[in-house]
Amino acid sequence: RSSYRDTMAAESTLALSLVEEFVSGLQDSKAKDAAKGVKDGKFTVLQLVEALGSSLTSSQPHTRARGVHLLSEVLQECYGDLTEREVEVLIAFYENRLKDHYVVTPPVLKGLKALTKCTNLPPGSAVSMLRSVFQDIHVQVRLSYCTFKLKGLGADFVFGFVQSMDGERDPRNLLLAFQIAKNLIHGGYDLGKFTEELFEVTSCYFPIDFSPPPNDPHGITREELVQALRAVLTGTPKFAEFLLPLLIEKLDSDVQSAKLDSLQTLVRNSCLAVCLQLKQELTGLWTSVRREVFQTSSEKIESAGLAALTALTSCLSRSVLSSDSEDSLSTFLDFILKDCKHHLCEPDLKLVWPSAKLLQAACSASTRASHIITVAVMPSLLEQYNNRTQCSHRRTLLEVVQRFIHSVKNYESVLLAFREALCSIVFSALSESNSSLQITATSVLTSLAQQAGLLVESDIELALDHLTRLLLTEEDDRVSLAVVECAGALAQLHPALVITKLIPKLKKEMFTGKLLKISRILSTGTHTSSVYLTWSSCSVNFSVDEVVLTCRSLQRIAERVQDSEEAGRCFHDVFIPHLLSLALQAFVSVFFFFVNAFDLFAQCRAYFLMRCVWLPFRLAGQTASRAVSLFLDGDVSFLPDNSFPSHMQLLKQEGDSWSLSRLVCLLMGSVCSLPRSVEVPQIDKLLSALEEMSCACSHPLSYTSAAKCFAGLVNKKPQGQFVSFIKTVSRVCSELDSPSSSVRTQAFTLMIWVRWKTRSVLFSFLKPCLSLCSLQLFSLLDDADLGPMAADGFSLLMSDSTDVLNRACHADVRIMYRQRFFSENSAKLVQGFNAAPQEKKPNYLKALSNIVNKLPKQVQVTELPALLSLLLEALSCPDQDIHLSTLSCLEPVLVNPPQVLIQQLEALINRLLALISSPAMSVRIASLSCISTLSHFPVLPFRARVLRALAKPLDDKKRLVRREAVQARGEWFLLGSPGGR
Amino acid sequence: MSEGTRLENANPVIFQRSGERVQTASEEDEDVHDPIDDREIFDILSINDPEHPLSLEELNVVEQVRVKVNDAENTVGVEFTPTIPHCSMATLIGLSIKVKLLRSLPDRFKIDVCITPGTHASEEAVNKQLADKERVAAALENASLLEVVNQCLSTRSI
Repeated sequence: RSSYRDTMAAESTLALSLVEEFVSGLQDSKAKDAAKGVKDGKFTVLQLVEALGSSLTSSQPHTRARGVHLLSEVLQECYGDLTEREVEVLIAFYENRLKDHYVVTPPVLKGLKALTKCTNLPPGSAVSMLRSVFQDIHVQVRLSYCTFKLKGLGADFVFGFVQSMDGERDPRNLLLAFQIAKNLIHGGYDLGKFTEELFEVTSCYFPIDFSPPPNDPHGITREELVQALRAVLTGTPKFAEFLLPLLIEKLDSDVQSAKLDSLQTLVRNSCLAVCLQLKQELTGLWTSVRREVFQTSSEKIESAGLAALTALTSCLSRSVLSSDSEDSLSTFLDFILKDCKHHLCEPDLKLVWPSAKLLQAACSASTRASHIITVAVMPSLLEQYNNRTQCSHRRTLLEVVQRFIHSVKNYESVLLAFREALCSIVFSALSESNSSLQITATSVLTSLAQQAGLLVESDIELALDHLTRLLLTEEDDRVSLAVVECAGALAQLHPALVITKLIPKLKKEMFTGKLLKISRILSTGTHTSSVYLTWSSCSVNFSVDEVVLTCRSLQRIAERVQDSEEAGRCFHDVFIPHLLSLALQAFVSVFFFFVNAFDLFAQCRAYFLMRCVWLPFRLAGQTASRAVSLFLDGDVSFLPDNSFPSHMQLLKQEGDSWSLSRLVCLLMGSVCSLPRSVEVPQIDKLLSALEEMSCACSHPLSYTSAAKCFAGLVNKKPQGQFVSFIKTVSRVCSELDSPSSSVRTQAFTLMIWVRWKTRSVLFSFLKPCLSLCSLQLFSLLDDADLGPMAADGFSLLMSDSTDVLNRACHADVRIMYRQRFFSENSAKLVQGFNAAPQEKKPNYLKALSNIVNKLPKQVQVTELPALLSLLLEALSCPDQDIHLSTLSCLEPVLVNPPQVLIQQLEALINRLLALISSPAMSVRIASLSCISTLSHFPVLPFRARVLRALAKPLDDKKRLVRREAVQARGEWFLLGSPGGR
Repeated sequence: MSEGTRLENANPVIFQRSGERVQTASEEDEDVHDPIDDREIFDILSINDPEHPLSLEELNVVEQVRVKVNDAENTVGVEFTPTIPHCSMATLIGLSIKVKLLRSLPDRFKIDVCITPGTHASEEAVNKQLADKERVAAALENASLLEVVNQCLSTRSI
């Protein structure tokens, strides 16, 4: 027994010491220890309370608070282990403590919160707990403790909540209060007799007028509050009877934001239907909405009003009728019609638009509403149109009609009755001479046609007749454009009719020059519809010129409609197969007649295909594999109008003829512009075929395209597939090395392109290949035939390719390539120049100036001094291109001349003065501008000579040259003269 | 010359500058011969006023309608309008215009610079001075006069 007592004593000492350390020693960690003690069963909670005794009865409120704090902390940890009896005691204790000093309150609330989590909460305790909370706590913070589920509390809780919320001003608490209110509503609490109170206490904040203070640390926005409040107000049908009058009242106020907020709340309110039976409220609402739309002061309010009207109407349409009640929808629509319809018939049509908008808003809500309104309004609109004679009135009416066509739901049943009348007014408008009326009519026609199944074939035919007439006779571009858009839409919807009716007539007129204009208009359209129209005109077999023209239009359209998924699909599904097929057909059937025209044609298409780089990813892959199987295996199955011999060998030589080879540029278009991640099938086979073709074919476009295509493919190839590539390089080199080879030009082209593409690739095992290429290029500068070509090749190497290897085609382009190439190769060039025989030197100079010219300016300025003597040499060689590119290199350097240049002034001035009588105007201008810049140098000794030389270009036959000369001579006159420099 | 003294017309009316000459396709064609025309001479004369940091065009001293050139007959006639009827700078302005044209036009042209009739008190005297070749040459021998002329002709970037 004594040992038991000892244990007791030990336990209470332990609890006591912990309490001591926490309360007086202010060691927060002791709370954890105490909780652990309770959990481990070393002492009970009640023992802890006993141990706390002295601190809880202390005269110091802070000590008391500290004591409660400890208890609350412990309870938070181990609320699960409490017995019902203990809970009861504790709750009684805490409720009592609520009456204590305010510093004690926070830990008390914390403890209460912990207690509510207890599983064995005695019945009724929650009620009493909350009651005391509501009774005693005046700090608004209490709201945050109300979030527990306490259905049993019911109306009492709601009442308590309402009381506590009343008069709240802090936005944080308000936000919380709204959320709680929402939970109350959605959680199915019995609002009981306090429904109105709850509505009152929340709705008094409506509309929210709150602008957060600057630097608000809580970051509560007006929008958040508005949304939260709206969720409460529209949360339950029970509020509806209070809400509607409130909304109407606010709508009638003068405050813009109140109006907007009310309307938006109205739109959100899905349970209005219940009380919309009340006729009076309906009238009130309608009057307010109508006033807002008629006397609209801001677009926002107007559109909110219209949306509210649509919401109301659709709500009414959904409401279930009881047998004895009247149909609230038709009653409501009757109001609307009564108020709006007569505006449509007023002579000056002043209120036509607002009325039409209101009617359309109601019309778009449901099929029934559409039906009622259309039947009531459409006849009078049509009659109006026929009675009016002024074009502007007629146009307005047409536009209104169009809006109705758009807003009508389930058009078939509704509009079908008016089909004939609608068509007849559209056609009569199309035959008017007023252009804006015609434009409106075309767009109405488009809307009608888009309602599938509305128009019958004869209507479309008639429409097409009208459109054809307008296309061929109309001078106004705007009308033509509108007609084209409309015809395009029709072509999309009724392709067969357009091809049989419209296109032949256009074709007949083709040679009158009108078609050029049409094609121009076609290509200005951005909508897919114009693509379709263009396409239909292309698919009827026209002459080559015609097809080329169409292709150009398509290309332009393709450029304009980039990034549109719809257009991408339409290009992929329809045009690309058709184009390939047409190209093949042309080659199979017509052969060499139009060889030149075909080159142009094929090229045009290749570029067109290139524009398809934006094709959606999946489609891109498909296009690639189709193109590859067509070119490699002769697989023509995906082409339309399939009448081709199977297994055509497009990449192989057929006897002597390479007639089909030109098509390779189509291949280039299809595969080289693909994203890198799209895998090209059979790439090795393709590459070797291309290599063969580019080395053996004799047709320039073909072998260039093949080489480009090869380069483009290799550029995209993943690392580690380069065995064949190395073979190719060695083959090219051997071809180039044998002076007797007949295909050196071709090989060279391939090499240049290969070198070009490899400029972007870094793999180390390719280095030998690359340097082999570069070496070959340098040695070719000495070559009698290919020397000039090689020099031009440097320019190609340094510039960006426009068709295959650029970033738009997803090629891998290395940065800083130009600088690197320059630093690696400039020394070699200078060496080669010095060693070369006199007649070969121009090649080196040309190569050098090609390279230097493409360098970024800041690099030029630092690199030039070393190359100066060579550049001066370049100025005296006979090639004008070299002059120009060298002068353009020199000019930026002259602004801040290096010392080397000063020493060479004599030579420089002599050469520049010689160039001012060059036959090329651009060279004259460039050299004069250099001379003008030179006047800032210490050049006084040359003054007289330069002034004399500059007299001549003052009388040059070109004005641009004279202008430059006047400038230069003026500068030199000032040199060394008083008042000058 | 006018340093330190009061400006005669410190607050002149400023006129809008005409825009840059629009470049035509034929001007870029190597084979076409562009004749020297009024506008070209007018553009040459966009020189500074000795008293103002403004060009003669902005002060309406030189207008394009008062520039007449005949490329075939090798004559250029420029009439300039002093900003005020008693402008003491009139001779200097005329001299600057003349010098600018001498430096900028081929030798073959005969250059005639005079005051727009009825716009200056001593119109005749000034015209006589400007037409006298020897007096112009002598004036340009004068270093301080040449200095002012050159100042007018240097392209200032204000």
